[in-house]
Amino acid sequence: MPSEREHRFVGPRRGQLVFALTFVVIALLLLSQITGQTRWVEKTKFVAQPRFWPAVGLGGMLLMGGLHLYLLPWRRVSRYDMHEVRNWGKVLEYVLWFMVYVLAVPLLGYLPVTLAFVPALSWRMGYRGRLMMGLSLGFAVLTVVLFKSLLGVKIPGGAIYEYLPGALRSFFILYL
Amino acid sequence: MDLILSAFEILMRWDVALALLAGSVGGVLIGAIPGVGPAVAIAILLPATFSMDPIVGLTVLLGIYGSSMYGGAIPAILINTPGTAVNALTTYDGYPMTARGEPRRALSLAYSASFYGGVFSVVCLILFAPLLAKVAPLFGSREIFLAALLGIILVVVAHRGQALIAGALAAFGIFIQTIGLEPVKYSQRYTFDQDFLGSGINLIVVVLGLFALSQAFVLLMDEDEKVHITKLRGGMFQGMRELSRHPRIATVSASFGVLMGMIPGVGEFTAQFMSYTYAQKTSKRPQDFGNGSSEGLIAAETANNAVPAAAMVPLLALGIPGEALTAMMLSVFYVHNVVPGPALFQNRMDFVVALYLALLILNVLVLIFLLMATKSLIKVVKIPNRFLGVCILTLSFVGVYSLRNSATDCVMAAAFGMIGYILKRLSLPAVPIILGVVLGGIMEVKLRAGMARVKEPLDFIDRPVSFILFLIIVIVLVAHTIRVLKDRKERKEAEWQTKTSSTNFGGLMLRRKSSFLKGRGKQVRARHSKLLRRLTDLF
Repeated sequence: MPSEREHRFVGPRRGQLVFALTFVVIALLLLSQITGQTRWVEKTKFVAQPRFWPAVGLGGMLLMGGLHLYLLPWRRVSRYDMHEVRNWGKVLEYVLWFMVYVLAVPLLGYLPVTLAFVPALSWRMGYRGRLMMGLSLGFAVLTVVLFKSLLGVKIPGGAIYEYLPGALRSFFILYL
Repeated sequence: MDLILSAFEILMRWDVALALLAGSVGGVLIGAIPGVGPAVAIAILLPATFSMDPIVGLTVLLGIYGSSMYGGAIPAILINTPGTAVNALTTYDGYPMTARGEPRRALSLAYSASFYGGVFSVVCLILFAPLLAKVAPLFGSREIFLAALLGIILVVVAHRGQALIAGALAAFGIFIQTIGLEPVKYSQRYTFDQDFLGSGINLIVVVLGLFALSQAFVLLMDEDEKVHITKLRGGMFQGMRELSRHPRIATVSASFGVLMGMIPGVGEFTAQFMSYTYAQKTSKRPQDFGNGSSEGLIAAETANNAVPAAAMVPLLALGIPGEALTAMMLSVFYVHNVVPGPALFQNRMDFVVALYLALLILNVLVLIFLLMATKSLIKVVKIPNRFLGVCILTLSFVGVYSLRNSATDCVMAAAFGMIGYILKRLSLPAVPIILGVVLGGIMEVKLRAGMARVKEPLDFIDRPVSFILFLIIVIVLVAHTIRVLKDRKERKEAEWQTKTSSTNFGGLMLRRKSSFLKGRGKQVRARHSKLLRRLTDLF
């Protein structure tokens, strides 16, 4: 039976200990680097030192994160914690999808990559019907037209556009 | 009057009109889709608004902020899932109304209440604007530092039961903003000799990661839910009539919204909680609350819609954002070299009033749009979760990449996305990080400037406003400590009451060991044995 402390804890149990522990360890590691990574300037007020605010931030992280860790109702990592950590790891797949998209755009151009990316990821998520494929293609075109062609956000043309003939080339670089 | 006319002049442009329309319709749509809140939308659209005029860009963002809660009421009422986080209280009374066959009544009441809240707050603030313009110049560097500190403290203590980790995350935000080149002494801080860290970590990268990418990851990892939507029956205009029967609740709730909205770090939830409690306590039928009470619905919806306009006050008057959405809007100001703060209120009052008028027009547009298009709008609720995740991931790319065309920014945003995902899984708040980044930067600059003229520590609070702010900070901290101690006492009592194991006699003796051995214990036992002897002598 969960104790009163566990009962009153806000949020789920799984993963809390691992997160708090990692947070405190990182804060400690960063704080140990403070003399090398920041400077102490002579004849300058204490609060105007370049070291002051990183120390406040890291000190706060260590102090409050440490207290949070100390007051956690659990002291041992359970297998549910490890399940949760594995769940965090699963997100890396989508991070990878995102990074592939990011790296492909400057090479192959915004429109072609988006036209491939959205349906491919939808396919991966299990939407394989005609309607959803059509929707994802429509969404891809709409995104490119809205942001690059109409709003003119800064996304460079793909390197592949260089091989297009004259007028088409500048149109593609500017709008697609 | 001249002020309002010149404010209208600023708004009389086709691009502002378009921004109003796009903001209102877009905001309602975004609010109506559970899983995409205004924070996600604003984070994605931020870089796109940098190329627009400040008034146009801000109108779009303000439009999304102001109208998303209208849209958020739709799924809250129809399928018991709040469209945006602040619509959670709407489900209490909205969904029971749908369950008993009155979805249209609930919707129209929610729209009317939201409209009242929105308009009430804007009118209040336009009327108060001259007063604010007088108060704002009293804020110098020290006062702004203290106000920012107060904002951070309020955000931290608002997370009941999680204040420590919220504080640690706010400190993490403060640390993030110090990374890079320090602008006064030109020294590198925590760059580890990496060029990409030299210019620091951009706020938008953090925001997009923590709000947009993390939400995409949550949706992609989630399962699709089957949504069943009830058909709408009944008139859409009856809500107005019903609202007019409860003017007291609507006005008090809207006032709570305005007051709470102005205080940094407090916002919608507190306003809603206070107005809902007030409505329930003063109602003739308090038992109906939570079972489809129209008063409860009015209290919840009026209070949350009165907040956006009020939340702009600390941002515009002092340059201090009170929550994540206004923190994002601050970057729009910075990009255009419009520095919000006391000077803005003094020199560009027409700009401020124009923003409020835009919000007023927006409320009217949203109401008209919703009264006409609710039937077709409810279809967006059906968009499957994982597909939404795909869409948000695609749109997040536009947000991050268009900033500097840097793949490193994207890697950092993805890392923050993972942090945001972990925080969401653990039900930990991400907002303190954002406020730490924004307010940490403000505090660093203002403390340095404020301390330049301070000789002794007490000089820092020798001006009336700074003294009042300092006093409020002390009161908040003391109140929080008292609450923590009270919670601890309650927990101890509950632990004692729910204790099921029998009390171990040996353990009891062991705990009393010191008392047995002490002189006082000996005295007491001697007295007891004397009394016992007297008693036995009687027989």
